[in-house]
Amino acid sequence: MKKFKKLVEYFVEAVLFSSSTITSLTVILIVIFLFREGIGMFNSSPLEQNFVIVVSQKNPVQELNATQIKAIFNQDIVNWSAVGGAKDSIILFTTNDITNYYSEEELGSSLENLPAKLNDFILENPGAIMYISSKSLPPNFAGHKLAVKKIGVADFVFGEQWYPTSEPIPSYGIWPMIIGTLMVTLGALLFAIPLGIATAIFMAEVASMRIRNLLKPIIELLAGIPSVVFGFFGLIIIVPLVQKTFGLVVGETVLAGSIVLGIMALPTIITITEDALRTTPQALKEASLALGATRWQTLVRVVVPYAKSGISTAIILGIGRAIGETMAVLMVTGNSSNIPHSFLVPARTIPATIAAELGEAPYGGLHFKALFALGIVLFIFTIIVNSSVEFIKNRSRRA
Amino acid sequence: MTQKRLIQKIAFISFGLISLMVVGLLFAILGFIAIRGIKVISWEFLTAMPDDGMTKGGIFPAIVGTGCLVLGSMIFAFPIGVLSGIYTHEYLKDSWFKRFIRVMTNNLSGIPSIVFGLFGMALFVNYLEFGDSIIAGSLTLGLLTLPVVIRTTEEALKSVDDTLRMGSYALGATKLQTIRRVVLPVAYPNIITGLILSIGRVSGETAPILFTVAAYFLPKLPGSISDQVMALPYHLYVLATSGTNMEESRPMAYGTAFVLISIILIINTIASLIRRRLHKKVKMN
Repeated sequence: MKKFKKLVEYFVEAVLFSSSTITSLTVILIVIFLFREGIGMFNSSPLEQNFVIVVSQKNPVQELNATQIKAIFNQDIVNWSAVGGAKDSIILFTTNDITNYYSEEELGSSLENLPAKLNDFILENPGAIMYISSKSLPPNFAGHKLAVKKIGVADFVFGEQWYPTSEPIPSYGIWPMIIGTLMVTLGALLFAIPLGIATAIFMAEVASMRIRNLLKPIIELLAGIPSVVFGFFGLIIIVPLVQKTFGLVVGETVLAGSIVLGIMALPTIITITEDALRTTPQALKEASLALGATRWQTLVRVVVPYAKSGISTAIILGIGRAIGETMAVLMVTGNSSNIPHSFLVPARTIPATIAAELGEAPYGGLHFKALFALGIVLFIFTIIVNSSVEFIKNRSRRA
Repeated sequence: MTQKRLIQKIAFISFGLISLMVVGLLFAILGFIAIRGIKVISWEFLTAMPDDGMTKGGIFPAIVGTGCLVLGSMIFAFPIGVLSGIYTHEYLKDSWFKRFIRVMTNNLSGIPSIVFGLFGMALFVNYLEFGDSIIAGSLTLGLLTLPVVIRTTEEALKSVDDTLRMGSYALGATKLQTIRRVVLPVAYPNIITGLILSIGRVSGETAPILFTVAAYFLPKLPGSISDQVMALPYHLYVLATSGTNMEESRPMAYGTAFVLISIILIINTIASLIRRRLHKKVKMN
């Protein structure tokens, strides 16, 4: 009987232990799956699957990067000498141009003559560059494939253009979103930190117990409102307000996002700051008051300095909340993929981009992978936030 | 001296006004939704299928969908979260392992909900081939709330006086007996409240369900856990931003927001009522 009891104790402990590992396991799995899907974009050609860029056999150019290809197809570069080739003007040829050169009869009813025609074209036009499905090329094609430089991490992080579906070559530069995310977050904090800390001080140090007990559930309720409701409120009230106040064409701006996010970050900042202020030992406060300091002086010189690390934690967690917020921002910032140069223009953030585009990105394609890579960037942001919190905690524990 | 008092007075009054403003914000949001939403609420709105490009009819499938997701995620997160909280608080001594688990739990709770969405899609929908389904969405939401459940459990256990544990051990009870008969009954009200509050959180989450379960328009009820469902928060998002006829569907959006907010208000109220009642009971015992 005793043995059985012991066995039960062991068994229960094992069950408890395995439950407690789930969170760690999840974090690890999140890392694995984000990288599994996201890292692929740095190993693949930026071209659409089954599409190739070909040039004449005589053309000495072997490899181009995405920017050059884009410039060529936008006709910003019109001569091969600009990309290291011979002095010869570039002739563009894409799938859409086929009918400009050849009639339907020439191509045949089911395009059976297309490969031969493409061959002819490249022979006749040594300066041609073709963006074409690899399936429509003849087996012994008279041109060669251009290698396209893979997307580098730096191109991804610092690239200023995000056109994930543009032809012939998409751009995956997330710099505008990094700036957008940081600006929206910064704006939110400028708004939430003073309001949040003032409210926390009021609750912890000024208000009577009764008022505090009234405020506490209200703040909790504010924390409980779903982000999509904040977004809806922002869309109907704050966006038009911003538009009218500043006489803008569109109200969906960084500012609107900042205001909504600021409201959403308030409960986090208020609750944690208030808890931190409350940890100040009563003896310290009383000593200060006994020395003739006013309550205000005690607050500024004793309570706030004592709670400094707690207040920093509150601010950092507020940042964390703001950086990762998705739905509300998606609904009020306008989602323009340009780099925002002021608070009164539309912008988009990293989470909003993922939410807006993942549904349309074909599974396993480059766009899909790019959105997971965005997830990695977001994940790194939050790890930085969490580590700073741990760092502050450890430092204050030692002090 | 008088100047000092004046500064104090000005500072305290302005802090009070700022707090009032924060409270005002909450009531502005709630009031805005309530005033415009309550007009839309009718028996039909709550129990009918959406109709006519989501400009008419009701939101019944979204209510049922959110119910399914809450239930599914809680079946997963409640036991694991509570057990995990008990283990870290009652069993683990202060060691690197405990700190590791705590840091990992904190990290998990700091991860943005959209990353959970990506993860849920990659693991449950694609890798485990659940597809867009209630089970995929529930598991994603469950993992999202796990840190909340663990933390509330730990807080609840922390509030149990250590002398109770000592007393139990002194009477020869084992650890498991002590936890079951002494610690849990005392901590139970707080644990339950925490759990109910996390229901509120789950029912409002949108980003994690975008790519794991939520359907844009699906005017029927789910038949099994591998079906897609509509959900209230996502439905509100759709109505507010991408409905086929935005002007006409606006009232439906207000109504949906009102229902969502009401559910969360009700859940919060239930939580505080239970807390109060169970506290009394525990005290009486």
